Amino acid sequence: MSDHNKDIDQPTGVETTGHEWDGIKELNNPLPRWWLYIWYATIAFSLVYMVIMPAIPALPGLGTNTRGIGGHSDRVNVANEVEALRSARAEEGSMLVNASLSEIQTDRSLQQFAMAAGESAFGDNCATCHGAGGRGAKGYPTLADDVWLWSGTLDGIEQTIRHGIRHEEDPETRFSAMPAFGRDGLLTTSQIDDVVSHVLLISGHDEVDEDAAARGADIFAAQCATCHGDEGKGDRSVGAPNLTDQNWQFGSEYRDIYNTVYNARNAHMPAWGERLDDATIKSLAVYVHSLGGGE
Amino acid sequence: MGLLNNHGVLERHSLILTIAILITVSIGGIIQMAPLFYMENTIEKVEGMRPYTPLEVAGRNIYLREGCYVCHSQMVRPLRDEVERYGHYSLAAESMYDHPFQWGSKRTGPDLARVGGKYSDEWHVDHLIDPRALVPESIMPPYAFLAEKSLDYDNIEADLKALRMVGVPYTDEMIENAKADLVAQVDPEAYFDEQDALTARYTEASGREGTVQIRDFDLDPDRITEMDALVAYLQMTGTLVDFSTYEAEDLMNRR
Repeated sequence: MSDHNKDIDQPTGVETTGHEWDGIKELNNPLPRWWLYIWYATIAFSLVYMVIMPAIPALPGLGTNTRGIGGHSDRVNVANEVEALRSARAEEGSMLVNASLSEIQTDRSLQQFAMAAGESAFGDNCATCHGAGGRGAKGYPTLADDVWLWSGTLDGIEQTIRHGIRHEEDPETRFSAMPAFGRDGLLTTSQIDDVVSHVLLISGHDEVDEDAAARGADIFAAQCATCHGDEGKGDRSVGAPNLTDQNWQFGSEYRDIYNTVYNARNAHMPAWGERLDDATIKSLAVYVHSLGGGE
Repeated sequence: MGLLNNHGVLERHSLILTIAILITVSIGGIIQMAPLFYMENTIEKVEGMRPYTPLEVAGRNIYLREGCYVCHSQMVRPLRDEVERYGHYSLAAESMYDHPFQWGSKRTGPDLARVGGKYSDEWHVDHLIDPRALVPESIMPPYAFLAEKSLDYDNIEADLKALRMVGVPYTDEMIENAKADLVAQVDPEAYFDEQDALTARYTEASGREGTVQIRDFDLDPDRITEMDALVAYLQMTGTLVDFSTYEAEDLMNRR
């Protein structure tokens, strides 16, 4: 093809490529200038990019890749951005960390900051179990009422958030263990029937088999009263719920309570001390305390 | 004009053209991919990463089988808001024993790279059985059958062997004891020395204490269910690497 002669298309005056199909020829127009120059520019850009940014891998055995004269690193950047975010919050954040929880409650602007920070942290970390606004779910305590298993004070709530409940990796976690009276054979099923009747009676249910409840009272005194108290009013030092109110974390039906006595309920809450920073934990304590029943 | 004028040969023979296209495209591919196989900083050197225990492998297989990756990514990107929400950005080292990796590209649900330890076992079980009982606005389908279905772990040794073939450093001892290790991790009545052996094996591989979680994950101590395995896997994700010894500024860790 080195010998092809210039073949000019008569109507347009443009050279053809010399290819011909059934008498049809192809014009050999040059590439549009604007397109060509943008293409050259992208090549030039890529060369500059490779020099400035980390881009070129080393040959085998010669280590890593070029670092680029711009010193760019996503990982270093994100660390700086997170740091910048912390320092933007630093003034209130460090006031939060240093203030006692009761001081936060009396300082209006600090309290507002804690409430805003607490609400947003609650939404992602806590609402998954405790529900939006702390409304709770079956098996997960409602935080918006004044019923507390362990403690409803600011410091108590902070302690719970920081160390969790039955979070065994944390030595300071809140811990207690209800025995599985049925599964582990501590009580027979008919004894469990009786004790459940007693619990239903003291919690104000109407239709309770009174004979069974009377038998159950003795079993309750022997097996349950150590933690739940003689009258079933509970004991916050071991997280034993009050059985005489109408609040039931795991359901108020006969079946639910039977299940609880048979299998025990020892719910877990993870410790957040490692995952969240001090300011966030304090904000959460203030927020949860404000939901309805803070003491 | 020599070579350049011979393009007619390519244009007139479709087979030759196909081969030439393949060669051209592979050059681009090789230049992009090949260095990752030999560069020293492709995977960060970190403390604590270990092969998954047999129970975690079984759980991961369920994660794959149910297509969890279709809606959940496992990749916290190095962006401020993601780090704020999920925790430390994911490292290449954290998925080096994943075959295939679960980074994903679709986030209908939240990222799961650091879900380990964030919620309680009860929550995972309740939530998998009925997501909307706990999160009313969730659109996740229920997986209640996992709690009913006994875990089939007859092939767990073969699973570990297959993973070893693609580069996961399982020892002969880990493979021989795969079944015993699986049971020991989840059965509260398992012998203590079997649990200790499991912990010792995987702690040695990890080089870090406390990465093996042993308990009854699905709160049904009588049986080993698929729920046990999946929750064990989820509770492990993102917890292995010791970030107190990780230096983002280190040249080898820069990206």
